[in-house]
Amino acid sequence: MKDAAEPEASSPDPDPNGPRKAWMGLMAKAPEGRVAALLDAAVTRPAFTWLRAPEIGSAMVRARAGATGAPFNLGEMTVTRCALALETGEIGHACLQGRRKADAAAAALADALLQTDAAPILREGVLEPLQAERDAARAARAGKAAATKVDFFTLARGDG
Amino acid sequence: MYVAVKGGERAIRNAHAWLAEERRGDPDVAELSVAQIREQLSLAVDRVMAEGSLYDPDLAALAIKQSRGDLIEAIFLIRAYRATLPRFGASRPVDTGAMACDRRISATFKDLPGGQVLGPTFDYTHRLLDFALAAEGEAPEAPGRETAPADVPHVTEFLNREGLIEEAPPDDAPPPDLTREPLEMPADRALRLQALTRSDEGFTLGLAYSTQRGYGRTHAFVGELRTGAVTVEMDVPELGFAVEIGEVVLTECETVNQFKGSKTEPPQFTRGYGLVFGRGERKAISMSLVDRALRWEELGEDDVGAPAQDAEFVLYHADNIQATGFLEHIKLPHYVDFQAELELVRKMRREAQDAGAVQVREAAE
Amino acid sequence: MDAQTLSGGFADPAIDAAHAFRGVMEAMARPGTIQTVGGAAPPAPLSPAAGAVLLTLCDADAPVHLAGAADCEAVRGWLAFHAGAPLAPPDRAMFALGAWEDLMPLFAYPVGTPSHPDRSATLIVERADLRAEGATLTGPGIKDRAALSLPETAAFQANRRLFPLGLDFIFTCGDRLAALPRTTEVA
Repeated sequence: MKDAAEPEASSPDPDPNGPRKAWMGLMAKAPEGRVAALLDAAVTRPAFTWLRAPEIGSAMVRARAGATGAPFNLGEMTVTRCALALETGEIGHACLQGRRKADAAAAALADALLQTDAAPILREGVLEPLQAERDAARAARAGKAAATKVDFFTLARGDG
Repeated sequence: MYVAVKGGERAIRNAHAWLAEERRGDPDVAELSVAQIREQLSLAVDRVMAEGSLYDPDLAALAIKQSRGDLIEAIFLIRAYRATLPRFGASRPVDTGAMACDRRISATFKDLPGGQVLGPTFDYTHRLLDFALAAEGEAPEAPGRETAPADVPHVTEFLNREGLIEEAPPDDAPPPDLTREPLEMPADRALRLQALTRSDEGFTLGLAYSTQRGYGRTHAFVGELRTGAVTVEMDVPELGFAVEIGEVVLTECETVNQFKGSKTEPPQFTRGYGLVFGRGERKAISMSLVDRALRWEELGEDDVGAPAQDAEFVLYHADNIQATGFLEHIKLPHYVDFQAELELVRKMRREAQDAGAVQVREAAE
Repeated sequence: MDAQTLSGGFADPAIDAAHAFRGVMEAMARPGTIQTVGGAAPPAPLSPAAGAVLLTLCDADAPVHLAGAADCEAVRGWLAFHAGAPLAPPDRAMFALGAWEDLMPLFAYPVGTPSHPDRSATLIVERADLRAEGATLTGPGIKDRAALSLPETAAFQANRRLFPLGLDFIFTCGDRLAALPRTTEVA
């Protein structure tokens, strides 16, 4: 319980990279093909040059012993990454799970476009639908899990 | 000694062709697709990812198809593929406390924040073969329930509040990696956990069972078992910050064991930890029992000589690819070795016979 | 990082790295010969050959020491993006890069151990000039003798005496390179 005399903690400065982290994470977690489909429905893909053409590799996933302790190496996951530059100079990056070069290319293009005046179009056409789809999928799954949650009740014993 | 053996090309080509035919089976039966394996044999896919040490469900499904269902053969294919991938980096340690739990149970506390969520478990099925599954039917649909997002904190957190359970203090030294440096003894806990998560499920299960039967003194409770998706975050140097790169399904098991305390420590609970890719519950529980058994030394316990306490025995025999590699090598031609053995045996028999003949002669004289 | 740092890598990493690897291997196998190795466009002051060697041989498990003018923001960024190689001080480096004077002293680099002579550093020495003349080289991979414009001879003779331990050297100039493994006798 918070002591009324405690001074209000000042909110930390918002992370300047926060929005970009959020959209990159959202696109990385999108199902295969979705980013490309939404991108192409929203804009015509602009010209660009590859700084790093899409390549497939791995990332070592780490976890903590006892969930909170010293880190250990759990195992690798496949990752696809790429980087590109638009003719107007913005640089787009993508680094996402799986062996999905087309998805990585689309995500990097979107990342670059989100740094230009076209950002609102990308938000409305790509990010918002992706977020809605993700929220719905998670809610559905959480609903199924909740249906398997045990409601314990105790049987009333007789008084005699 | 290995001899270069020639002349097998045609036989090998034909063996491969027959393998492909046998793999396909009866051509009148529909061919299995990788997507079907991924979707409908997902627990096999999970095991191949965990022991292959590579999280990629499509690849694991392909490996299972190619290996005709021999999961260790599939794991071999995945390990080989993994070795061809350039490594881009390591993730930040995943936060299992933030897992979107499909399943979350505790054998130690009935009522806990987040509740007992059974998930899509086999636990309450009757283990009777269901012949209805032999016919294809309509896609089943599970009921849902309205729910608000809730916190699902780790059980060990409340035991921690009373100081009843040993802490797992955070530490950020980069952990050792047995895919980069050969495993050497003594192995610290991080290395042991890495070895155990990719170890053979059967071997680890047997060892875990042995600790419950008295080969070791652990009496474990499942403090918590949870399965679900966690996000994976990785630092991207050229961006200067970390991004979420995806999600993985993990199964985590925390076991709770008693410790008698010492001159300096009051009695508290001690912990075992298991974590695997996918929904491998049996493996996660086994891993946590074996992890606990291997911690006897750092917890000041006695070495009762149990196999599960012997780190070298456990860690050097737990990897099924290493094990089968050496096991199966004895199929290679050892013709010259064997000739030498044959000669030796014949010589020893001759000498024994001659010695016997001499004795008879001497006795007769 | 800017577009400058992020560009200049191999256009087709698998093919370009294979070509570059072949070049380094030939140079090491036939000390004194000069090989052409292209495909990389690193930032100044690195030569294209040195850039190609870094991209081909260095990754997250190969710490690199950048010496002298080579140790600048642009090169650090380029190396991190394209190779992912961590930076290290000389005593923990698997590779070191710079002009000869900047790489000194040689005793600062690991020369391997009796059980693992390979756990030693390879020095990439940037040269203003690289010609098949000067010091005389003999030994494995050299028919009779070869010549190479080495910065000096004493250091290489001392290195040879450490065999099987020791350092190995790659000399780069523009898009050309030559190599001096620890097995070569220098006079």
